[in-house]
Amino acid sequence: MATVHYPEAESGDLHRRLFILRVGLLLVVALLGLRLWHLQIREGPYYRDLSENNRTRLVLLEPARGLIYDRHGVLLANNVPSFSLYVTLEDVKDREALIQQLSTLLGFDPTLVRKKMTARGSKLLPRKIKDRMTLRDAMLVESNRLDMPGVMIQVESQRNYPGGVTAAHLLGYVGEISADQLEKPEFVDLHQGSIVGQYGVEKSYDRHMRGMAGQKNVEVDALGHEKKAVVVERPQAGNDLYLTIDVRLQKVAEDLLGGEYGAIVALDPNSGDILAMASRPGFDPNVLSRELTAKQWVEIVQDEGRPLNNRASQGQYPPGSIFKIPMAVAALETKTMSPSSTVFCNGGYQFGKRLYHDWKASGHGYVDLHDALVHSCDVYFYTIGQRMGIDVMAEFGKDFGLGKATGVELPSERAGIMPSTAWKQKAKNEQWLPGETISAAIGQGYVTVTPLQMASLVGTVANNGVSYRPRLVQAVMDRTLGNLQELPAVPRGKINAKPETFRVIKDALADVVTKGTATRAKSSMVTIGGKTGTAQVAALRTGPEENIPKKFRDHAWFVAFAPVESPKIAVAVLAEHMGHGGAAAAPLAKEVIETYMKLAPQVPAVTSDLSGVNRSERSAKDS
Amino acid sequence: MIDRLTEHRGLDSFDIRYVALILAILGIGVLSIYSVTHGQKGGMAPYYLKQLIWIGLGAAAFLVMWASDYHQLARFAYPAYAFILLMLVFVLFEGRTSKGAQRWIALGPFSFQPSEFAKLVLVLVLAHYYSKAPRVGWLQRVIVPGLLVLPGLFLILKQPDLGSGLSFVAVYAAMLLMVGVRSQALGFILLFSIMLFPFAWEGVWGSLHDYQRQRIMAFVDPGYDPGGKGYHALQSKIAIGSGELLGKGLYGGTQSQLKFLPEGHTDFVFAVFAEEWGFLGVLVLLTLFVGLIWLSLEIASKAKDQLGALLAVGIVAMLCFCVVVNIGMTAGMFPIVGIPLPLVSYGGSATIMTMAALGLLLNVKRKRLSLFY
Repeated sequence: MATVHYPEAESGDLHRRLFILRVGLLLVVALLGLRLWHLQIREGPYYRDLSENNRTRLVLLEPARGLIYDRHGVLLANNVPSFSLYVTLEDVKDREALIQQLSTLLGFDPTLVRKKMTARGSKLLPRKIKDRMTLRDAMLVESNRLDMPGVMIQVESQRNYPGGVTAAHLLGYVGEISADQLEKPEFVDLHQGSIVGQYGVEKSYDRHMRGMAGQKNVEVDALGHEKKAVVVERPQAGNDLYLTIDVRLQKVAEDLLGGEYGAIVALDPNSGDILAMASRPGFDPNVLSRELTAKQWVEIVQDEGRPLNNRASQGQYPPGSIFKIPMAVAALETKTMSPSSTVFCNGGYQFGKRLYHDWKASGHGYVDLHDALVHSCDVYFYTIGQRMGIDVMAEFGKDFGLGKATGVELPSERAGIMPSTAWKQKAKNEQWLPGETISAAIGQGYVTVTPLQMASLVGTVANNGVSYRPRLVQAVMDRTLGNLQELPAVPRGKINAKPETFRVIKDALADVVTKGTATRAKSSMVTIGGKTGTAQVAALRTGPEENIPKKFRDHAWFVAFAPVESPKIAVAVLAEHMGHGGAAAAPLAKEVIETYMKLAPQVPAVTSDLSGVNRSERSAKDS
Repeated sequence: MIDRLTEHRGLDSFDIRYVALILAILGIGVLSIYSVTHGQKGGMAPYYLKQLIWIGLGAAAFLVMWASDYHQLARFAYPAYAFILLMLVFVLFEGRTSKGAQRWIALGPFSFQPSEFAKLVLVLVLAHYYSKAPRVGWLQRVIVPGLLVLPGLFLILKQPDLGSGLSFVAVYAAMLLMVGVRSQALGFILLFSIMLFPFAWEGVWGSLHDYQRQRIMAFVDPGYDPGGKGYHALQSKIAIGSGELLGKGLYGGTQSQLKFLPEGHTDFVFAVFAEEWGFLGVLVLLTLFVGLIWLSLEIASKAKDQLGALLAVGIVAMLCFCVVVNIGMTAGMFPIVGIPLPLVSYGGSATIMTMAALGLLLNVKRKRLSLFY
């Protein structure tokens, strides 16, 4: 038996100490209980809130963008599913490591990714880092997801233009909202990563087409992986657009320009509907709607042909002899000339010390208004210009819409210039010189116009002075209500001129084609009236046309309408550096007109049964 | 006749209240482990099943301890301590590293943690030391046992395992208090300063800047909080607090179910339990622990000799310390040190060791009732 050391004194001592130990223990447990009471009861609701926010993330559901159709319901723009990579910064443990992973795994540009991650925006909201990923890359991310907390792949809709380059300038393209745009009030509902229209009707009708984002609450785990989703608000799809263009005519117009720089505008003078609006060179909106690298951007922006420029509405050129049409109206209306009064043309017009040449050095002899238009006699118009003065010319020019934008639904439309004494005083702070009136009389000098303005002008003449605002969108399909809202044509007013005036001028324009400067526009199919023009690029010319470097050659103009008896189409053709309008531009206008006539007779453009057209084309992201 | 009496009383010592309390706490543990890990996939057996195996092994250890004789065991105290020190040295060189600390010895598919068993062996060693001969004077009462504690403490801190190291100090302090140092106040202050450490810490800790805390924590326990910025502590507080009065129900704990709370089945199992069962559940668990400790102190006070009393006190001190510090740290009163909640947290070594220790406690009671050896 072992010796037991258990003295009586110590035994009593032990009990006393054990008692103290018990008291101490109760004290400590009471303190623990107090602490837990504080956490769970007093601050419980606070922590309950924290835990709710901890596990839920608000995810925006991007709406399906409205589709775009042509006047017969042919699909021009839709949405296709694509993979995008999102990052929620709150869930990212090591930002730099993630950037590294993404660049080694998928070849992302680290500086670009870093820039996106450091951009302003909520840490709790997923931000888009990359779109249009390949399926392979998306799968690669999915299979490595556990190593990349906070990263997710989202299937979303990507804008798609089935026609590629066709009608690119009209349709425009979409892109991620820029930091500057985010500051603007019209984008107040949007957020970083939102897709908005950046050009064309995509931009001007963005508000209609973008729709409304929905949201869902996503319960995530600590690694940011989605566990359960509750849709709070469904996204609302954007509205569809029905354009006025006929895509078949559009394609023909674009092909006619081919590799040359220029523009063709065709419109219906009875409504202002733009039937085709071609501009070359063009671009592929599918490429521009993607994320471009800085290098790609520089390439596009610095391209000499300026492919992003819509020459039809943004290109400003001297109208050349096209300007003789409003001049003729002005001469008759101001009674400066009667249709039968003549001017003698000897090939030049002496004003002060300077001789103003006619394009035909030998002269046209005695010409009346009809002949002056048919043969495009410069001296006749020098003479009447001199008699009327610039301000009267400007008044009529403005009546035809010169010097101001037409108001077509395209961004950055240019106004051109309709000079006057007041204009020169204001713009240049100089006196108007009498000699400048003479240049202006044949559409040179300060006068500049856009091809769209010229199509509108010739359409107005064809329509006996009644004009409509050129337009591209004829109907909007409301996706929420499901009804088609047809937009009425917008009258722009009527030129206050006698019907006789238009009859005389239209007769002359018809003869321009039958026996004048534009016989190459003569059609066996339909009667065409037109006017050639040549816009001088360089004032001094040496030697024959072929020896001049192309960039100094003149621009060729041709405007036309058809049929002469009851006009259905008005066309303006501008071919840059292609020389004389009768040779280079007139045949193109004829082709456009004939094509349109072949396509007619057509069903009325938009009917209510179109609402069912191409519904299946709508992308999957609707829900 | 005497033998029968002994046997009868021996069985009598198998205190049903005591065993019921242990089983209830173990049950809460398994339930919480099941709740937090039931959704996990993987080839391995689910955690709750493995924990049931550990409890089975622990029950065997409990019965063996209960049936043995602590006097016999005490004789092997020094060799056992030497053996455990060797294992701790082995761990330093050959141990399995996990979360920045080298604490485990791989044993086939399992790994065990010698530092857990070291705690129990230390209780045995100190109890044996004090009861073998009357220890007089501060040298024999304080310094010599202190020197006994030191090598183990050093090796454990070296792993690093701050939690087990602090347990070592707590056991030593509790023993010191019980044998009565000359200046009793010293013992009390020592014990209470450990007990009250969590509360004092709050004041000091709270006054530090974030980066200072991080540096201190990085120094003290580098592997623990890799995310930094008090992520664990905050998530744990959110889990407990959001449980409110009634809790979110079984599987309802979003903090733990969605993995915001790390280590939900081990060191932070209390937060899981508190989130799902609320303050009422917490009160029940605390009551169970107080009951168990109360009965254990009862055994200590009625032990028939000093060895038994010291063994009981040492074990109680170890248990108390772990419960208080674990709950304190999950409730954000205390920096996070890796201490599991006894009988509740998942873990083979800790569960088996704790159940063995409780078996030894019951053995102290059994031997009190037996008249003869």
